[in-house]
Parts: sequence; structure tokens; C-alpha cells
Amino acid sequence: MTSTFVDIPIPPLVVEVEKWQLRFFAKAVGETNPIYFDETAARAAGHPSILAPPTYAVTLSLCEADPYARYRSLGIDWCRMLHAHQGFEYFTPIHAGDRLRFQSRIVDFIQRRQGRLKFLIEETEAWNQDDVLTTRFRKTIVIRDPEAQP
Amino acid sequence: MIEHAGQVAVGDHLPTLVKPPITRATLAYFCGASNDHNPMHIDPDAARAAGMDDVFAHGMLNMAYLGQLLTGWVAQERLRSFEVKFGAIVRLGEQLVCTGEVIEKELDGDRWRIGIRLRATNQAGEEKLTGEAVVALPAALVEAATPTTEH
Repeated sequence: MTSTFVDIPIPPLVVEVEKWQLRFFAKAVGETNPIYFDETAARAAGHPSILAPPTYAVTLSLCEADPYARYRSLGIDWCRMLHAHQGFEYFTPIHAGDRLRFQSRIVDFIQRRQGRLKFLIEETEAWNQDDVLTTRFRKTIVIRDPEAQP
Repeated sequence: MIEHAGQVAVGDHLPTLVKPPITRATLAYFCGASNDHNPMHIDPDAARAAGMDDVFAHGMLNMAYLGQLLTGWVAQERLRSFEVKFGAIVRLGEQLVCTGEVIEKELDGDRWRIGIRLRATNQAGEEKLTGEAVVALPAALVEAATPTTEH
């Protein structure tokens, strides 16, 4: 097993939280609670606007032209990637109208079996327009590459 | 909805959430809605070229379903952490059955920390996802300051 710390620079990503996309996400997952797609219902429940569901920060973090580019730069084919683990810590809710800044870093990149199996761990923080941390999340990706050359 | 720690005991089960079977349309919607455009989930040719039988569900779709199990039980603002391990891929036609059990209840400052064990299986009971969530709840519901009519 080899652990290689990968310090590839990942520029911050700034994303506006859009109502239409929250509605689209709610439809895609069959959401029935209207605070996740109806602004009036969200306000009636005490929210400033539509509430972003618990996993939505990942969707926002992929809101760039080529979110897989950094993996490709490490020689990772997106068709060989499998999501192995995902964890969130929550500090402040995210709502439509927020402007978030995502800062990601690769925490670890572990190679096993001469590179035929790799694990990549990435951590992201999402800060809102008031410079308050909304959530911190960590994803672990496993890459199976049976043809890797040792 | 659970609002205070008095409504929760270790061993309680969250109401089971059964989602519809995964279809290609489900995955097409989620691809667009989630910004995850990896072809493995929408293009059978790409999936087969990578050695899979067919497309399969996005991990984050499965996790979103477990999130719905949680937010159907307690308001999302109570959620402190949520994590899952994706144990097996979820294929077309499979249907996720999402369950949760309270495994921990501890006083932490002025809040109760509620630990929940999460599990999602297919309709045949085969395990797909396991996970944990932590929820913070007040000790008791704060009385709403509603004026009483006195005559």
C-alpha cells in the first residue's frame, strides 16, 4: 500500500444557489415535502427561501464546466470510479439565493495492489455569502484499474 | 415530525421509506438535476465498455433517498452529520428500502445527541448502503408564546 499526498491546487468555486435547480433536484428524487421545492411553503416553515436538502452541497460543488478534470489530471478514468463513502457535517442550512464558495482539497490518494486499486479522499468546505461555514463534506472514491502497470 | 428528545428512545425505528424502482428515466433526471454527468449512469454503451452489465444508480441518488428518510422524521436543521458507505451498486429495477434505528441518546450540553443507524436494501433485502446520522434535539419542546384568551 502506498499513500501519496496529492497537493494539486483546486481553485475555489463560487456558485449561486438557484431555485429552478432545487426544484429539478426535488423532482428527480421524488421529494414530497414542499419546503424543498415551493418557496411559499419554505417561508411558511420559517426558511428565507427553498431549503437545499442534506446532500445538495455535492450537486453545487459539481457546478462547473468539468468537475472531473482534477481526477483526469491524476490519471483517473471517470468510468473506473466508484463512490465508496460520503460524509457531511452540518453547521448552517443552505437556501436558494445563497452564494457559496467551495474550497476542496485532496486529503489522500492511496494505491494498493500495484495501482490496480486506488482510493482518493477529497474534503470540501462550503462557505456562504456571510463567510459562515455551511457544511464540510468528504468523499471517498475507489478506482479499479485492472490494467495498471506497476 | 420529532421535535424534542422526549419523543425519542434508543431502539426506536424511523418510519421506513420505500422508493420506486430505479428506471433509466430516474437516472437521466438525476444526472441533470445533480450535475453528475458521469456516463456510467446514463449511457449503457459506456457502462458496458467499462465492464458493467448496464447503467446503475448514482451513489448520491441513493444517499439522497436516505436523506429523505431522515428529513421525513426530523427537521433538517436538527441534522448535525450524515454519512454513508456505498456497499453495493443499485441496478435498474431495484427499489431502495430505507430504514433507520436510534442507537444512541446522550445529553451533550443543553442538547440531546441522537445517533441513528441507517440502512438501505433492495426489495429482496440485499444490503446496498449503510450509514449513520447524528441529530441534535432540545430536551423538551419550548412552549409557543401563544396568547391565551382570558375573560
